[in-house]
Amino acid sequence: MMISLFGSFESGIIYALMALGVYLSFRVLDFPDLTVDGSFVTGAAVAALMIINGYSPLTATLAAVIAGFLAGCITGVLHTKGKINPLLSGILMMIALYSINLRIMGRPNIPLLNEETIFSKLTAFWQNLGLDSVFNPILGIFGATQLPRTWAVLIVMIFVTFTIKFLTDYFLKTETGLAIRATGDNKRMIRSFSANTDWLIILGIGISNAMVALSGSLIAQHGGFADVGMGIGMIIIGLASVIIGEALFGAKTIARATLAVIGGAIIYRIAVTFALRVDFLEAGDMKVITAVIVIAALVAPKILESRRDKKRRLRKREELTKRLAFENESGGVKSSAAP
Amino acid sequence: MLHLKNVSITFNEGTPDEKKALQNINVELKKGDFLTVIGSNGAGKSTMMNSISGSLITDVGDIEINGKNVTHMPEYKRAAFIGRVFQDPMAGTAPSMTIEENLAMAFSRNKKRTLKLGVNKKRRQLFKEYLETLNLGLENRINAKVGLLSGGERQALSLLMATFTEPEILLLDEHTAALDPARAELITNLTDEIVSKFNLTTLMVTHNMQQALDLGNRLVMMDSGQIILDVEGEEKQKLTIEKLLQEFQRLRGKKMESDRAVLA
Ligand SMILES: Nc1ncnc2c1ncn2[C@@H]1O[C@H](COP(=O)(O)OP(=O)(O)OP(=O)(O)O)[C@@H](O)[C@H]1O
Ligand SMILES: [Mg+2]
Repeated sequence: MMISLFGSFESGIIYALMALGVYLSFRVLDFPDLTVDGSFVTGAAVAALMIINGYSPLTATLAAVIAGFLAGCITGVLHTKGKINPLLSGILMMIALYSINLRIMGRPNIPLLNEETIFSKLTAFWQNLGLDSVFNPILGIFGATQLPRTWAVLIVMIFVTFTIKFLTDYFLKTETGLAIRATGDNKRMIRSFSANTDWLIILGIGISNAMVALSGSLIAQHGGFADVGMGIGMIIIGLASVIIGEALFGAKTIARATLAVIGGAIIYRIAVTFALRVDFLEAGDMKVITAVIVIAALVAPKILESRRDKKRRLRKREELTKRLAFENESGGVKSSAAP
Repeated sequence: MLHLKNVSITFNEGTPDEKKALQNINVELKKGDFLTVIGSNGAGKSTMMNSISGSLITDVGDIEINGKNVTHMPEYKRAAFIGRVFQDPMAGTAPSMTIEENLAMAFSRNKKRTLKLGVNKKRRQLFKEYLETLNLGLENRINAKVGLLSGGERQALSLLMATFTEPEILLLDEHTAALDPARAELITNLTDEIVSKFNLTTLMVTHNMQQALDLGNRLVMMDSGQIILDVEGEEKQKLTIEKLLQEFQRLRGKKMESDRAVLA
């Protein structure tokens, strides 16, 4: 159990990068971008292809990021210049990317098991330092009997994901970032302050998909393969992370919201891990589990709020009845609200 | 400063819905002119404002700002030297962003948007000073989301945002129409103050005739896409609402109909 929880943290923090990308398009730009399903795989495909062709994992990952950025930019262009509705632009790009990804890889699946990846390099470096013996006792405190293979991935990914989180937070406060946020908030207003909203949308969707592709390339290197189908439903997973995160941790400020999204991504992974331990559920049920989680995360806050509201009103009514009763008894002030 | 030359705009040309919204409009404003625009509903006032801002492209005719022909310049580029306040208080600000962030975006109007922080210490101080001039206490709420402000507060903020970078042209399209009388008066006074402080070349559309008479040094009346009356200076100061209405009737042979015209 401890090991699979550890695994959820590990993959959760990698998927968090994808979720941050989704946050940028869905929340900041108010652009429901479905390119994600395709660009996630594009990231994985580009990185995998380059790695098996002997490029360094770092170069491969960087190339993946650029490919994702370009894919996002095209979606942005379809919407702004082609005047195609956002959902449709994303879907078109997603479909097109399916074929493109297949072309990039040349086959539906590229295994990376015996290749040098960012993580294999890191792990080797990490083990040389002997750092696992520092971290493992921590798990021991929680009574873990089995210990994880290595801490390298988790620790480094926390570092990477948080660096990108802080960069995003900063970016969204810069002059350009403010204009991107306003584009999602009130296009007409920011245009009247001399901002080219078309360009900002293209840039924003580009950055969003760059993050998604980064996440895809890292997932491929972590999981040991790139597969043309690995992006199916990714957008829903991203959305689930955003919604769960916001519901649990709030989204008052940008910094808070991005933190919430990371938290949401991890919690989503944990939820899936638990769900898969239920006897009658199997791996193929993942998608329906995801759908249920998203629906629950969307509906639950509303139900909770309306219940809270109902309670509040009930309490007020009781207070009023009590007060009226008291006033009647004491024969005091006449209340116009009295029946 | 601003020159509209033979500007015409027709909507839905060649269909039964054809509407000549602007017909051969000629207006020339000098630096610092404050023009009030009145006219019945559908007269073409907003269309004229939108043709200046670039939200609408003219069918024929040219628009020059400061000697530069901007007829084919896209809206967002023109916005570098045109400030605008809309009728809808929701339209001029970004509701989910804070007051200081909104001001920062307005501050970038005539500058390149970079990767530097939009709000820094120096700017925050500057923004606070500007907010103080509104006398609404907004300087103490710079981190409040603009969506939480009242319509009047929002409109005051919009006005500040549209003006504090001293644009060459200020366009106000019924920017007090959605407010209650007290708030409307507050915004009207602020407008007067700010316009004279920065000596802004201003066009203001209003249905309030008294306001149109009180403010500015020049007044035009529009009807059916045409400017039918254009008075300036002393002549404008001598105008009264009755005279305006009489003049309209004389020129058009009909009574001025405007369901929103405020006569007093
Ligand atoms: N986009 C458009 N398409 C078709 N017709 C339009 C469009 N915009 C404006 N019109 C028409 O052009 C005419 C002028 O409209 P405009 O909005 O300029 O009037 P206005 O003087 O601002 O009136 P109001 O006082 O009601 O704001 C109206 O008859 C209007 O119906
Ligand atoms: Mg109008």
